[in-house]
Amino acid sequence: MTTSTIPRRAWVEQIMGLPISLHLRGGDLSSTPVERRVAAVFADLRCADAVFSPYRDDSDLSRWERGELAVADADANLADVMTLCDEARERTDGWFDPRGLPDPRTSIPRYDPSGLVKGWAVQRAAQHLADLDGYGWCLNAGGDVLLYAPAGQPPWRVGIEDPNDPRRVIRVMPRSGGAVATSGTAHRGAHILDPYTRRPATAVRAVTVIGPELMWADVYATAAVARGPAALDWISGLDGYEALLVSAEGLLRVTDGWPDSHLAM
Amino acid sequence: MRRITLWLVSTVAALVLLFSYRTSTNSGDTTDVVPAIAAQGSTGIIASSPAASTSSGATGSSPASGTSSGSKTYQGSVAQTRWGPVQVTITVTGGKIASVSVPIYPNNNGRDQEINAYALPILVQETMAAQNANIDTVSGATVTSGGYIQSLQAALDAAHLS
Repeated sequence: MTTSTIPRRAWVEQIMGLPISLHLRGGDLSSTPVERRVAAVFADLRCADAVFSPYRDDSDLSRWERGELAVADADANLADVMTLCDEARERTDGWFDPRGLPDPRTSIPRYDPSGLVKGWAVQRAAQHLADLDGYGWCLNAGGDVLLYAPAGQPPWRVGIEDPNDPRRVIRVMPRSGGAVATSGTAHRGAHILDPYTRRPATAVRAVTVIGPELMWADVYATAAVARGPAALDWISGLDGYEALLVSAEGLLRVTDGWPDSHLAM
Repeated sequence: MRRITLWLVSTVAALVLLFSYRTSTNSGDTTDVVPAIAAQGSTGIIASSPAASTSSGATGSSPASGTSSGSKTYQGSVAQTRWGPVQVTITVTGGKIASVSVPIYPNNNGRDQEINAYALPILVQETMAAQNANIDTVSGATVTSGGYIQSLQAALDAAHLS
Protein backbone atom coordinates (compact mmCIF):
# COMPACT_ATOMS: atom_id res chain seq x y z
CA MET A 1 0.00 0.00 0.00
CA THR A 2 1.36 3.41 -0.82
CA THR A 3 0.98 6.48 1.26
CA SER A 4 -1.35 8.12 -1.17
CA THR A 5 -3.93 5.36 -0.97
CA ILE A 6 -4.34 5.62 2.78
CA PRO A 7 -6.74 8.31 3.94
CA ARG A 8 -4.92 11.02 5.78
CA ARG A 9 -5.98 14.02 7.77
CA ALA A 10 -4.10 16.78 9.54
CA TRP A 11 -4.92 18.98 12.52
CA VAL A 12 -2.88 22.00 13.53
CA GLU A 13 -3.04 24.09 16.68
CA GLN A 14 -0.72 26.72 18.09
CA ILE A 15 0.18 25.71 21.64
CA MET A 16 3.20 26.57 23.78
CA GLY A 17 4.07 29.17 21.17
CA LEU A 18 4.57 26.38 18.67
CA PRO A 19 2.70 24.98 15.73
CA ILE A 20 1.58 21.48 16.69
CA SER A 21 0.68 19.34 13.69
CA LEU A 22 -0.99 16.01 14.06
CA HIS A 23 -1.39 13.81 11.01
CA LEU A 24 -3.39 10.60 11.13
CA ARG A 25 -3.52 7.86 8.54
CA GLY A 26 -6.08 5.13 8.57
CA GLY A 27 -9.72 4.32 8.04
CA ASP A 28 -12.41 6.71 9.16
CA LEU A 29 -10.70 9.94 10.12
CA SER A 30 -13.89 11.71 11.11
CA SER A 31 -15.18 9.09 13.52
CA THR A 32 -16.01 10.00 17.10
CA PRO A 33 -13.18 7.93 18.61
CA VAL A 34 -10.69 9.67 16.34
CA GLU A 35 -12.05 13.15 17.02
CA ARG A 36 -12.12 12.49 20.75
CA ARG A 37 -8.51 11.35 20.86
CA VAL A 38 -7.27 14.19 18.72
CA ALA A 39 -9.04 16.63 21.03
CA ALA A 40 -7.45 14.91 24.03
CA VAL A 41 -3.96 15.28 22.52
CA PHE A 42 -4.36 19.03 22.10
CA ALA A 43 -6.06 19.43 25.49
CA ASP A 44 -3.13 17.69 27.12
CA LEU A 45 -0.67 20.03 25.46
CA ARG A 46 -2.67 23.08 26.54
CA CYS A 47 -2.56 21.78 30.13
CA ALA A 48 1.21 21.45 29.91
CA ASP A 49 1.41 24.99 28.61
CA ALA A 50 -0.69 26.28 31.50
CA VAL A 51 1.69 24.72 34.00
CA PHE A 52 5.04 25.26 32.32
CA SER A 53 4.87 28.28 30.07
CA PRO A 54 7.68 30.75 30.74
CA TYR A 55 5.65 33.29 28.74
CA ARG A 56 2.68 33.20 31.10
CA ASP A 57 2.79 35.00 34.42
CA ASP A 58 0.09 32.69 35.77
CA SER A 59 1.81 29.40 34.93
CA ASP A 60 2.82 27.26 37.88
CA LEU A 61 6.40 27.64 36.72
CA SER A 62 6.28 31.45 36.75
CA ARG A 63 4.48 31.57 40.09
CA TRP A 64 7.05 29.21 41.60
CA GLU A 65 9.85 31.29 40.11
CA ARG A 66 8.46 34.41 41.82
CA GLY A 67 8.19 32.56 45.13
CA GLU A 68 4.40 32.65 45.12
CA LEU A 69 3.91 28.91 44.86
CA ALA A 70 5.72 26.04 46.54
CA VAL A 71 6.58 23.04 44.38
CA ALA A 72 4.54 20.90 46.76
CA ASP A 73 1.47 23.07 46.15
CA ALA A 74 1.92 23.31 42.41
CA ASP A 75 0.75 20.93 39.72
CA ALA A 76 2.40 17.60 40.52
CA ASN A 77 4.05 17.58 37.11
CA LEU A 78 6.23 20.52 38.08
CA ALA A 79 8.14 18.40 40.58
CA ASP A 80 8.36 15.54 38.09
CA VAL A 81 9.75 17.79 35.38
CA MET A 82 12.29 19.30 37.76
CA THR A 83 13.46 15.81 38.63
CA LEU A 84 13.71 14.96 34.94
CA CYS A 85 15.69 18.15 34.33
CA ASP A 86 18.17 17.08 37.01
CA GLU A 87 18.46 13.72 35.29
CA ALA A 88 18.91 15.45 31.93
CA ARG A 89 21.73 17.54 33.37
CA GLU A 90 23.44 14.37 34.57
CA ARG A 91 22.87 12.45 31.34
CA THR A 92 24.32 15.29 29.28
CA ASP A 93 27.29 16.00 31.55
CA GLY A 94 25.80 19.39 32.30
CA TRP A 95 25.34 20.46 28.67
CA PHE A 96 21.59 20.61 29.11
CA ASP A 97 20.85 22.96 31.96
CA PRO A 98 17.55 24.77 32.57
CA ARG A 99 19.06 27.02 35.23
CA GLY A 100 19.87 30.62 34.51
CA LEU A 101 18.43 30.71 31.01
CA PRO A 102 17.28 34.09 29.73
CA ASP A 103 13.60 34.77 30.21
CA PRO A 104 12.05 34.82 26.72
CA ARG A 105 10.52 38.23 27.37
CA THR A 106 12.89 40.02 29.72
CA SER A 107 16.18 38.14 29.20
CA ILE A 108 16.57 38.03 32.99
CA PRO A 109 18.08 34.65 33.96
CA ARG A 110 15.50 32.19 35.19
CA TYR A 111 14.75 28.51 35.50
CA ASP A 112 13.35 27.46 32.12
CA PRO A 113 12.73 23.76 31.54
CA SER A 114 11.10 24.39 28.12
CA GLY A 115 13.81 22.42 26.33
CA LEU A 116 12.65 19.30 28.13
CA VAL A 117 8.97 20.12 28.62
CA LYS A 118 8.14 20.15 24.94
CA GLY A 119 9.27 16.57 24.35
CA TRP A 120 7.85 15.46 27.67
CA ALA A 121 4.45 17.01 26.91
CA VAL A 122 4.26 15.70 23.35
CA GLN A 123 5.20 12.21 24.48
CA ARG A 124 2.53 12.33 27.17
CA ALA A 125 -0.12 13.71 24.81
CA ALA A 126 0.63 11.02 22.23
CA GLN A 127 -0.43 8.36 24.70
CA HIS A 128 -4.03 9.26 23.80
CA LEU A 129 -3.35 7.80 20.36
CA ALA A 130 -1.87 4.54 21.59
CA ASP A 131 -5.10 2.56 21.38
CA LEU A 132 -6.22 3.81 17.98
CA ASP A 133 -5.85 0.43 16.37
CA GLY A 134 -4.79 0.42 12.76
CA TYR A 135 -4.08 4.14 12.56
CA GLY A 136 -0.73 5.73 11.98
CA TRP A 137 0.08 9.09 13.49
CA CYS A 138 2.72 11.74 13.22
CA LEU A 139 2.91 14.48 15.81
CA ASN A 140 5.19 17.42 15.00
CA ALA A 141 5.78 20.13 17.61
CA GLY A 142 7.64 22.96 15.95
CA GLY A 143 10.09 20.62 14.24
CA ASP A 144 10.35 17.83 16.80
CA VAL A 145 8.54 14.72 15.68
CA LEU A 146 7.08 11.66 17.36
CA LEU A 147 5.40 9.14 15.11
CA TYR A 148 4.03 5.67 14.65
CA ALA A 149 3.14 3.59 11.61
CA PRO A 150 1.26 0.33 12.20
CA ALA A 151 2.05 -2.86 10.35
CA GLY A 152 0.73 -2.58 6.82
CA GLN A 153 1.36 1.13 6.54
CA PRO A 154 4.52 2.54 5.00
CA PRO A 155 6.88 4.46 7.25
CA TRP A 156 6.41 8.19 7.60
CA ARG A 157 8.97 10.07 5.56
CA VAL A 158 10.61 12.64 7.78
CA GLY A 159 12.59 15.34 6.04
CA ILE A 160 15.48 16.80 7.95
CA GLU A 161 15.61 20.51 7.38
CA ASP A 162 18.60 22.06 5.70
CA PRO A 163 19.89 24.46 8.36
CA ASN A 164 21.01 26.80 5.60
CA ASP A 165 17.67 26.85 3.84
CA PRO A 166 14.58 25.75 5.74
CA ARG A 167 12.71 25.27 2.47
CA ARG A 168 14.93 22.34 1.69
CA VAL A 169 15.81 19.09 3.35
CA ILE A 170 19.16 17.41 3.68
CA ARG A 171 17.92 13.92 4.47
CA VAL A 172 14.74 11.92 4.26
CA MET A 173 14.28 9.41 7.04
CA PRO A 174 11.65 6.71 6.63
CA ARG A 175 10.50 6.04 10.21
CA SER A 176 7.86 3.71 11.58
CA GLY A 177 8.16 4.67 15.20
CA GLY A 178 9.96 6.85 17.69
CA ALA A 179 11.28 10.36 17.69
CA VAL A 180 13.17 12.70 15.39
CA ALA A 181 14.26 15.87 17.19
CA THR A 182 16.31 18.73 15.80
CA SER A 183 17.91 21.66 17.55
CA GLY A 184 19.75 24.41 15.82
CA THR A 185 20.11 28.00 14.88
CA ALA A 186 18.08 28.13 11.66
CA HIS A 187 15.00 29.94 12.93
CA ARG A 188 15.93 31.62 16.17
CA GLY A 189 19.65 32.23 15.77
CA ALA A 190 22.19 31.13 18.34
CA HIS A 191 19.65 30.81 21.14
CA ILE A 192 21.16 27.78 22.85
CA LEU A 193 23.58 28.74 25.60
CA ASP A 194 26.77 26.95 26.41
CA PRO A 195 26.09 26.32 30.10
CA TYR A 196 29.78 26.52 30.91
CA THR A 197 30.54 29.85 29.27
CA ARG A 198 27.00 31.31 29.42
CA ARG A 199 27.47 32.39 25.84
CA PRO A 200 25.47 31.34 22.78
CA ALA A 201 26.76 28.12 21.26
CA THR A 202 27.83 28.73 17.67
CA ALA A 203 29.99 25.75 16.62
CA VAL A 204 27.02 23.74 15.39
CA ARG A 205 24.29 24.71 12.95
CA ALA A 206 21.97 21.84 13.71
CA VAL A 207 21.80 18.47 15.37
CA THR A 208 19.13 15.88 14.68
CA VAL A 209 18.71 13.01 17.13
CA ILE A 210 16.62 9.92 16.50
CA GLY A 211 15.61 7.44 19.15
CA PRO A 212 12.70 5.93 21.01
CA GLU A 213 11.71 8.86 23.24
CA LEU A 214 11.10 12.40 22.03
CA MET A 215 11.95 13.97 25.36
CA TRP A 216 15.43 12.47 25.43
CA ALA A 217 16.03 12.92 21.72
CA ASP A 218 15.25 16.62 22.09
CA VAL A 219 17.31 17.02 25.25
CA TYR A 220 20.26 15.31 23.59
CA ALA A 221 19.92 17.45 20.46
CA THR A 222 19.89 20.64 22.52
CA ALA A 223 22.84 19.47 24.61
CA ALA A 224 24.73 18.54 21.45
CA VAL A 225 24.33 22.04 20.00
CA ALA A 226 25.77 23.45 23.23
CA ARG A 227 28.53 20.89 23.35
CA GLY A 228 29.70 21.29 19.76
CA PRO A 229 30.84 18.75 17.17
CA ALA A 230 32.44 16.53 19.80
CA ALA A 231 28.92 15.71 20.94
CA LEU A 232 28.69 13.06 18.24
CA ASP A 233 31.13 10.86 20.12
CA TRP A 234 29.08 11.31 23.26
CA ILE A 235 25.80 10.41 21.53
CA SER A 236 27.45 7.38 19.93
CA GLY A 237 27.76 6.00 23.42
CA LEU A 238 24.07 6.38 24.24
CA ASP A 239 21.88 3.34 23.85
CA GLY A 240 19.18 3.67 21.22
CA TYR A 241 20.00 7.19 20.06
CA GLU A 242 21.84 8.31 16.93
CA ALA A 243 22.64 11.75 15.65
CA LEU A 244 23.35 13.81 12.56
CA LEU A 245 25.28 17.03 13.02
CA VAL A 246 25.92 19.98 10.74
CA SER A 247 28.77 22.10 12.02
CA ALA A 248 29.09 25.84 11.61
CA GLU A 249 31.39 25.21 8.66
CA GLY A 250 28.69 23.22 6.91
CA LEU A 251 30.18 19.81 7.55
CA LEU A 252 27.78 16.97 8.06
CA ARG A 253 28.63 14.02 10.26
CA VAL A 254 26.58 11.19 11.69
CA THR A 255 27.09 8.64 14.43
CA ASP A 256 28.12 5.14 13.37
CA GLY A 257 24.65 3.73 13.94
CA TRP A 258 22.82 6.38 11.94
CA PRO A 259 20.55 4.62 9.45
CA ASP A 260 21.22 4.95 5.78
CA SER A 261 18.99 7.85 4.99
CA HIS A 262 20.08 8.91 1.57
CA LEU A 263 17.32 10.13 -0.59
CA ALA A 264 15.31 7.31 -2.01
CA MET A 265 14.18 8.18 -5.47
CA MET B 1 -1.47 16.39 -2.25
CA ARG B 2 1.32 18.07 -3.99
CA ARG B 3 3.69 15.66 -5.44
CA ILE B 4 7.08 16.31 -4.33
CA THR B 5 9.95 16.49 -6.62
CA LEU B 6 13.50 15.97 -5.80
CA TRP B 7 16.24 17.53 -7.65
CA LEU B 8 19.49 15.78 -7.57
CA VAL B 9 22.74 16.84 -8.93
CA SER B 10 23.37 14.65 -11.88
CA THR B 11 27.07 14.61 -11.80
CA VAL B 12 29.04 12.98 -9.13
CA ALA B 13 32.01 14.89 -8.00
CA ALA B 14 34.38 14.50 -5.19
CA LEU B 15 36.32 17.17 -3.51
CA VAL B 16 39.01 16.95 -1.00
CA LEU B 17 38.81 19.58 1.60
CA LEU B 18 40.65 20.15 4.74
CA PHE B 19 38.94 21.66 7.68
CA SER B 20 39.98 22.25 11.14
CA TYR B 21 37.79 20.02 13.10
CA ARG B 22 37.44 20.38 16.76
CA THR B 23 37.19 17.12 18.59
CA SER B 24 37.84 18.23 22.09
CA THR B 25 35.02 18.49 24.55
CA ASN B 26 36.45 21.62 26.04
CA SER B 27 36.15 24.39 23.60
CA GLY B 28 39.30 25.50 22.03
CA ASP B 29 41.95 23.16 23.36
CA THR B 30 43.00 20.81 20.70
CA THR B 31 42.23 20.84 17.08
CA ASP B 32 42.28 17.81 14.93
CA VAL B 33 42.47 17.99 11.25
CA VAL B 34 40.25 15.71 9.30
CA PRO B 35 40.04 15.67 5.58
CA ALA B 36 36.49 16.10 4.53
CA ILE B 37 34.99 14.58 1.52
CA ALA B 38 32.25 16.28 -0.29
CA ALA B 39 30.38 14.17 -2.69
CA GLN B 40 27.25 15.06 -4.45
CA GLY B 41 24.96 13.53 -6.94
CA SER B 42 23.19 10.28 -7.23
CA THR B 43 24.85 9.17 -4.07
CA GLY B 44 22.22 11.16 -2.27
CA ILE B 45 24.86 12.88 -0.29
CA ILE B 46 23.62 16.15 0.15
CA ALA B 47 23.59 19.24 -1.39
CA SER B 48 22.33 22.18 0.42
CA SER B 49 23.16 25.73 -0.15
CA PRO B 50 26.82 26.38 0.32
CA ALA B 51 27.52 26.96 3.94
CA ALA B 52 31.21 27.10 4.02
CA SER B 53 33.44 29.21 2.00
CA THR B 54 36.37 27.27 3.33
CA SER B 55 37.22 25.53 0.15
CA SER B 56 40.88 26.28 0.26
CA GLY B 57 43.01 23.37 -0.64
CA ALA B 58 40.29 21.73 -2.61
CA THR B 59 40.73 20.26 -5.97
CA GLY B 60 38.18 18.90 -8.29
CA SER B 61 38.07 15.35 -9.35
CA SER B 62 37.12 13.45 -12.37
CA PRO B 63 35.51 10.09 -12.83
CA ALA B 64 38.45 7.80 -13.16
CA SER B 65 37.44 4.28 -13.76
CA GLY B 66 34.29 2.32 -14.04
CA THR B 67 34.23 -1.14 -12.60
CA SER B 68 31.95 -4.09 -12.94
CA SER B 69 28.43 -4.57 -11.59
CA GLY B 70 27.39 -0.95 -11.63
CA SER B 71 30.13 0.27 -9.38
CA LYS B 72 32.02 3.36 -10.34
CA THR B 73 35.13 4.68 -8.82
CA TYR B 74 35.91 8.34 -8.74
CA GLN B 75 39.45 9.26 -8.08
CA GLY B 76 40.17 12.73 -6.88
CA SER B 77 43.29 14.53 -7.91
CA VAL B 78 45.94 15.06 -5.33
CA ALA B 79 45.35 18.15 -3.29
CA GLN B 80 48.30 19.88 -1.78
CA THR B 81 47.37 21.03 1.64
CA ARG B 82 49.41 22.50 4.39
CA TRP B 83 49.25 19.17 6.10
CA GLY B 84 50.51 17.36 3.08
CA PRO B 85 49.02 15.88 -0.06
CA VAL B 86 45.57 14.30 0.13
CA GLN B 87 43.76 12.19 -2.37
CA VAL B 88 40.33 10.65 -2.02
CA THR B 89 38.75 7.88 -4.02
CA ILE B 90 35.05 7.17 -3.83
CA THR B 91 33.31 4.05 -5.06
CA VAL B 92 29.65 4.43 -5.87
CA THR B 93 27.44 1.37 -6.12
CA GLY B 94 23.76 1.51 -6.84
CA GLY B 95 23.71 5.23 -6.42
CA LYS B 96 25.27 5.17 -2.99
CA ILE B 97 28.76 5.54 -1.72
CA ALA B 98 30.05 2.05 -1.09
CA SER B 99 33.48 2.98 0.08
CA VAL B 100 35.79 5.87 0.44
CA SER B 101 39.47 5.37 0.44
CA VAL B 102 42.20 7.86 1.04
CA PRO B 103 45.19 6.52 -0.83
CA ILE B 104 47.24 9.57 -0.01
CA TYR B 105 46.81 10.89 3.43
CA PRO B 106 48.96 13.33 5.40
CA ASN B 107 49.44 11.07 8.37
CA ASN B 108 50.08 7.97 6.41
CA ASN B 109 51.37 8.76 2.99
CA GLY B 110 51.04 6.16 0.36
CA ARG B 111 49.08 3.63 2.33
CA ASP B 112 45.50 2.97 1.49
CA GLN B 113 43.12 3.62 4.24
CA GLU B 114 39.61 2.31 3.93
CA ILE B 115 37.43 4.75 5.70
CA ASN B 116 33.75 4.53 6.30
CA ALA B 117 32.16 7.33 4.38
CA TYR B 118 30.47 8.54 7.52
CA ALA B 119 33.56 8.56 9.64
CA LEU B 120 34.58 11.71 7.88
CA PRO B 121 32.64 14.89 7.78
CA ILE B 122 30.93 15.61 4.56
CA LEU B 123 30.53 19.09 3.27
CA VAL B 124 26.94 20.10 3.03
CA GLN B 125 27.17 21.75 -0.31
CA GLU B 126 25.05 22.61 -3.28
CA THR B 127 21.72 20.98 -2.93
CA MET B 128 19.92 17.77 -2.86
CA ALA B 129 17.03 19.95 -2.25
CA ALA B 130 13.48 18.96 -1.86
CA GLN B 131 11.26 21.83 -2.75
CA ASN B 132 8.40 19.64 -1.92
CA ALA B 133 10.21 16.41 -1.41
CA ASN B 134 8.15 13.33 -1.01
CA ILE B 135 8.03 13.85 2.71
CA ASP B 136 5.30 13.71 5.30
CA THR B 137 6.80 15.99 7.91
CA VAL B 138 9.87 18.07 8.66
CA SER B 139 12.22 17.93 11.60
CA GLY B 140 14.16 21.12 12.04
CA ALA B 141 15.21 23.82 14.42
CA THR B 142 12.24 25.03 16.39
CA VAL B 143 9.68 26.87 14.34
CA THR B 144 7.65 29.26 16.42
CA SER B 145 4.03 30.06 15.77
CA GLY B 146 5.14 33.30 14.17
CA GLY B 147 7.27 31.53 11.61
CA TYR B 148 4.89 28.70 10.94
CA ILE B 149 3.05 30.18 8.03
CA GLN B 150 6.19 30.33 5.92
CA SER B 151 7.39 26.91 6.96
CA LEU B 152 7.63 23.80 4.88
CA GLN B 153 5.58 22.04 7.54
CA ALA B 154 2.73 24.49 6.98
CA ALA B 155 2.63 23.50 3.33
CA LEU B 156 2.62 19.82 4.25
CA ASP B 157 -0.16 20.39 6.77
CA ALA B 158 -2.23 22.43 4.37
CA ALA B 159 -2.46 19.54 1.96
CA HIS B 160 -4.30 17.45 4.54
CA LEU B 161 -6.34 19.86 6.60
CA SER B 162 -10.02 19.28 6.31
